[in-house]
Order: sequence, then C-alpha cells, then structure tokens
Amino acid sequence: MYDFNYHRPSSLEEAAKILAGAEEGIPLAGGHTLLPTLKQRLAQPSDVVDLSGIAELKGISEAGNAVVVGAMTPHAEVNRSQVVRSRIPALAHMASDIGDSQVRHRGTIGGSIANADPSADYPAAVVGLAATVKTNKREIAGDDFFTGLFETALEEHELVVSVSFPVPEKAGYAKFANPASRYPMVGVMVAKAADGVRVAVTGAGPSVFRWTEAEQALASNWSADAIAGLSHSPDGLNSDIHASAEYRAHLIGVMAKRALAAAG
Amino acid sequence: MLTVSMTVNGKQVSKEVEPRTLLVQFLREQLGLTGTHVGCDTSQCGACVVHLDGTSVKACTLLAAQAEGAEVTTIEGLAQNGELHPMQAAFKEHHGLQCGFCTPGMVMSAVDLLKHNADPSDREIREWLQGNICRCTGYHNIVKAIQAAAQTMRG
Ligand SMILES: Cc1cc2nc3c(=O)[nH]c(=O)nc-3n(C[C@H](O)[C@H](O)[C@H](O)COP(=O)(O)OP(=O)(O)OC[C@H]3O[C@@H](n4cnc5c(N)ncnc54)[C@H](O)[C@@H]3O)c2cc1C
Ligand code: FES
Ligand code: FES
Repeated sequence: MYDFNYHRPSSLEEAAKILAGAEEGIPLAGGHTLLPTLKQRLAQPSDVVDLSGIAELKGISEAGNAVVVGAMTPHAEVNRSQVVRSRIPALAHMASDIGDSQVRHRGTIGGSIANADPSADYPAAVVGLAATVKTNKREIAGDDFFTGLFETALEEHELVVSVSFPVPEKAGYAKFANPASRYPMVGVMVAKAADGVRVAVTGAGPSVFRWTEAEQALASNWSADAIAGLSHSPDGLNSDIHASAEYRAHLIGVMAKRALAAAG
Repeated sequence: MLTVSMTVNGKQVSKEVEPRTLLVQFLREQLGLTGTHVGCDTSQCGACVVHLDGTSVKACTLLAAQAEGAEVTTIEGLAQNGELHPMQAAFKEHHGLQCGFCTPGMVMSAVDLLKHNADPSDREIREWLQGNICRCTGYHNIVKAIQAAAQTMRG
C-alpha cells in the first residue's frame, strides 16, 4: 500500500472540505473494497477521509412509508434491524448474505453502492425497490444512480448520505453466490409496489438492470406461471471464468422464480 | 506519522504509525502479538480475525487508525489466569486443528458467534465460518469443537 494522509472528520462539511482541498482525496467507509484495492496498489490517493466519525451517516429510521438507511450502516446492522425486518424483510435477507460475517460487520451500504461493483448485491435493492439516494448535494433516483461498470451518477467528491427505500407490498431477493467470493453471479430482486412491479438484476451485466419483460408479465399476473416461459437473452451479459453469458442468462430466470417464491 | 491509542487485551497502548499501517501489522509488528495471522491479501481467509469492541473483524482489512480508541481482543487475550478459554480448550480436545494456521481466526470468529447464538446448529456454525478458510481439517472437527464449547459455555 502506498502511504497517504489519514483524516477522520466529524461532519459532512468538514469531509467535503478535506476532499476538495486534497490532491487526490478518497472517502473510506468500511474499507472492505477500498483497502484490498490499496493493498494491491491499484490506487494511490494522497488523502483518505474516514467517514466513521460522522454521526449523520449512521443508523436506520422510518420516514413516512420508507425505510432510510444511513450510508455508514454496516450490512450486519441492516440484517438485524427490527425496522428493516418488519417493513422490508427482503432487504434484511439480502444484507444477511453479503460476503461473510466479518465482511458484514464492516462493509457499508454507502460504500457498496458508491463502488457499483457489477456483482454487488445492494444495487438490486436500490433499483428493485425504487429507492432514492440522498447525497450531500442532492437526491438521485435509484434508476439513475448506476450508470455503468463501477460507475455512478455521483460527481467527484459527492458523498452518499443515506438510501431511502419505499416499503413495497411484497418483495423477494434470491442470489446464486459464487462459492469462493460469496458475491452474486446473478442476484434478482422482485418487488410489487403501488406504482408497479420491478425485477432488478445484478451480477449478470456490466451494471444492474431491470428485466422489463418479466415486470410486464408479473404486473398482469403475479405468479410463477407468468414468468415460467420467459428467458433472458445472453446478449451483452458478462462472460468470465466463473460463468458464461448463457449460464448467467439462465440464472436470471431461475433466480427470478426463487425471488418471487420468497416474496410470496 | 500518526499516533494511535487503543486498548489491546485489556492494556492501554499508544504508538506512532504510518497512516497506511493495517491493524494486523500494528498487532504483529509493533506489539509483537503474532498469534493473529495473515493468510491472504484478498480479505477472504479469516486467519487475521480479532475482536474490535467485541465484534469479530478482519484485522488485515482495517487500518490501525480506524481502531483509534477501541477495545481490541486478540487470541492472546482469551486465556484467563493461564487457563484456556473454553473455545480454545474445545479445539484442543476435539482436534479442531492440524497445522494451526487458521486456528486463531477460527477461535475468535467462533467466540463471536456464541455471543449472538449460544446454541447454534451445525449449519449455522458453517454459515458463520464462511469467511474462515482451513486447508487442513475439512472443517468437521472445527464444527464439533464449537458445538462442544457452546455446550460448556451454556453450563
Ligand atoms: C471477502 C469479501 C466478500 C464480499 N462479498 C460481497 C458480496 O457477496 N456481495 C456484495 O455486495 N459485496 C461483497 N463484498 C463487498 C463488501 O460488501 C464491501 O464492503 C462493499 O462493497 C464496500 O463497502 P465498504 O463500506 O467496505 O466501502 P469502502 O471499501 O470503504 O469504499 C468503497 C468505495 O466507495 C467509496 N465510498 C464509500 N463510502 C462512500 C460514501 N458515503 N459516499 C461516496 N463514496 C463512498 C470509497 O471511496 C470507495 O471508492 C465483499 C467483500 C469482501 C472483502
Ligand atoms: S489475512 Fe486473509 S482475511 Fe485477513
Ligand atoms: S488447521 Fe491448517 S489451515 Fe486450518
């Protein structure tokens, strides 16, 4: 790891100021993506800004018909939260199966979505549950947040503050985990809400996407029969040592059915 | 350089470190606590697991600076008055180790599991240990040891 200056500000304003003033500043959340990256010398920030001292980034609350999760909330806390378990059990379930227990003790939702790994779990919740991402500058609709491979709508030094998930009528998440890394090879969130049905797919393409054909089928008939005959095209899907595009395309159908069964 | 202060195995320590120093390097190289191992550079093996304010974490994926003000417990801090912790005793009794490289992390992870779940099923134990890799035992005796320790600790 190259050396850097370390900062631990206690407010968002202070963090933003340090980032803006640094030659190459980078925020540090749980560090479970950033530190392995730095260890491999794949990045060389001049200044690392630890967000763990900023109180307003922590915790889970209810606001109207939504559950709001602070950016610095670790996966284990999302899984254990009574609010999340009772209002959006699919989200608690997703958090319970990210990485391993120690990863879940440190890794955060803000770090996960800012990183936008094509194989991360949370993007399927942000898009599938039509969440809104609040930053220190604005609010970004979940549909507009992920813009490509490891790319988001966040501007330079813009910080994720929280993610607001509207409570759906029903939702379910299923993933086919890579047995070594635990990252999803394909993960699917299926949700039914007042404004329609969503089927969000992570792990399969360069970035999370919606499977609109399945959404339309489920909107008119919320049952396994509705999607039994559907299959997703492998065009544009990821192919790597773990799985071919064809295999991932097949998994999308299987995971969608499992997610639907979990949603009930 | 940066001064970091924390409590390690009940003792207050304060040292100068480079900001990039990992907690595991701090423990091993600056405090001489070499019971915490490093088995990978991808945050996957769990040989480095310690407790940070009572919760199991991978010390290879944490800066020493991030542990400022925290209570850290390593494998060296488990035995009390020369007596093995029930989890250590159970690993010994039930052959939960062969080469022993993974053992400190396994034990620290397992102790944390029992804090959340005093009576885990074999499946729950295996799921909890997904981040602890052992190349020797085949895990079977590790699960057995943890079951035995859980029983002892329930009393
Ligand atoms: C062994 C292992 C297994 C894993 N398995 C899975 C898995 O199954 N599924 C999965 O989804 N993930 C998995 N992960 C990733 C894990 O969930 C990470 O913790 C997560 O992706 C990043 O979160 P973090 O808090 O650690 O962020 P960090 O590593 O601290 O940061 C990641 C990036 O986001 C930026 N950032 C962080 N917080 C903010 C913020 N508030 N605003 C703006 N930018 C920010 C950082 O600058 C950095 O670029 C795994 C990780 C490991 C080590
Ligand atoms: S040394 Fe392998 S996970 Fe920490
Ligand atoms: S006993 Fe050798 S790695 Fe586990």
